[in-house]
Amino acid sequence: MFDPYKVREDFPIFNRKIDGNNIIYFDNAATSQRPLQVIEAVKSYYELYNSNVHRGVHTLSQESSELYEKAHREVANFINAKDLQEIVFVKNTTEALNLVAYAWGFKNLKAGDEVVTTLMEHHSNMIPWEMISKVKGFKVKYVDINEDATLNYEMLENMVGSKTKAVCICHMSNVTGTINDVERVSKLAHENGAVVIVDAAQSVPHMPVDVKKLDVDFYAFSGHKMLGPTGIGVLYGKKELLDEIEPFLTGGGMVRDVKYEVSSGSVTADWAELPWKFEAGTPNIAGGVGLMEAVRYLKRLGMENVRSHEKELTEYALERLKELGKVRVYGPRRSSERGGIIPFNIDGMNPHDVALLLDQFGIMVRSGLHCAHPLHERLGVKGGTVRASFYVYNTREEVDRFIEVLKQIEKV
Amino acid sequence: MSILNDYVANIEETCGEERHFIVMLRFNKRNEAMKKILERGKIEKSFSGLVYEISFKGVQMRLYKTGKILLKNLNERKEVEKILEELLK
Repeated sequence: MFDPYKVREDFPIFNRKIDGNNIIYFDNAATSQRPLQVIEAVKSYYELYNSNVHRGVHTLSQESSELYEKAHREVANFINAKDLQEIVFVKNTTEALNLVAYAWGFKNLKAGDEVVTTLMEHHSNMIPWEMISKVKGFKVKYVDINEDATLNYEMLENMVGSKTKAVCICHMSNVTGTINDVERVSKLAHENGAVVIVDAAQSVPHMPVDVKKLDVDFYAFSGHKMLGPTGIGVLYGKKELLDEIEPFLTGGGMVRDVKYEVSSGSVTADWAELPWKFEAGTPNIAGGVGLMEAVRYLKRLGMENVRSHEKELTEYALERLKELGKVRVYGPRRSSERGGIIPFNIDGMNPHDVALLLDQFGIMVRSGLHCAHPLHERLGVKGGTVRASFYVYNTREEVDRFIEVLKQIEKV
Repeated sequence: MSILNDYVANIEETCGEERHFIVMLRFNKRNEAMKKILERGKIEKSFSGLVYEISFKGVQMRLYKTGKILLKNLNERKEVEKILEELLK
């Protein structure tokens, strides 16, 4: 039986009070809190195993390398990738998406090609493509959303064609919580010979994911949104695609051999095997170890349980928000089509004012444009929204408190 | 600048077309700073002592009891710094 109150006991931050208030943390779409198990894993890595990975012959280096490789394997298992060769550790989702855009995009895109993305994307799944299009001359096209903030699949189907080389889409919107049918998108893209690149920053932490079933080509997510440390993220890529592209960053740790050829006076390099050819320089080893522990924690909870807890909490919050006369909520009406993210505004109030007022009661939400300016413009809220987002440790009781405080704010 | 260093922890600019600034007062000096602001600014409205709507030299701002200030529709960070220096001196 999933019990958020039991889960909360693992999170030391909830013992803290701010100005006499218990912390109600509803900013999980920005970053999650960390359980003691993750904090301890990072601490014990530094206390017992700290050393640089790969090619060290001493014991600490071997242990550190084993832990770091194990972290890749456990992440691969978590999303049902084939093995660690398909799991590249990066800094975060943004870096992963940039890696795909620059490494895969530079090699495979040219003038006359099209990259299809959507208006509901985070900037990190829009701007890298626009940047590279300026150099390579291809066109970036945007699929619109429907009035309920779901994806306009009809428009997507009309837009994807023989010129399309990539379809870039989020699995779950970081603003509206809209869950896209990635399996359907993959099928459409592949029928047209395009690859599918998915921003999974909001999906992997909150729902069961099977990259083989989704049949995605690249899938990017961050550790810090799924109970792991900051500064560690993941790029999943199908082995055959990762094999064929050149590394994004080059230098130490990602080569098998480097030769200076006297005849040409130049240096040539052979890349290391996957995934290391994409992990130049000393990686975030402690971050990888922390992420492994976060994955273990989530597996123990069960991702089906995580999803159903957040779905139930979202349904409850959406229902209770109806009690407020001045609140306007954005996003899909059906909870099956949305994750635990609720963006809203209070009539006549700036979203930052609402967030600052909630903060006075210990309720942490995010306000603004959430790195998705085009989506806010499309929703007709250029000034931004207040975003409440839930996770495994949030409770109905916290939602009740949130609603009661919003009722007071409405009166202001 | 020393007045700002004494009382202000951070000035954050919001993104988007409308430029707002959120000022975080230093935690250990926030009560002293808020007292000065309430004395020098004109209190237009007070909401149960939790939030004050203040005007000062034509600039509107909201002061929260948590020691945060929201200043709306200013063009530059320098304008914010100038107003804060006058309010906090």
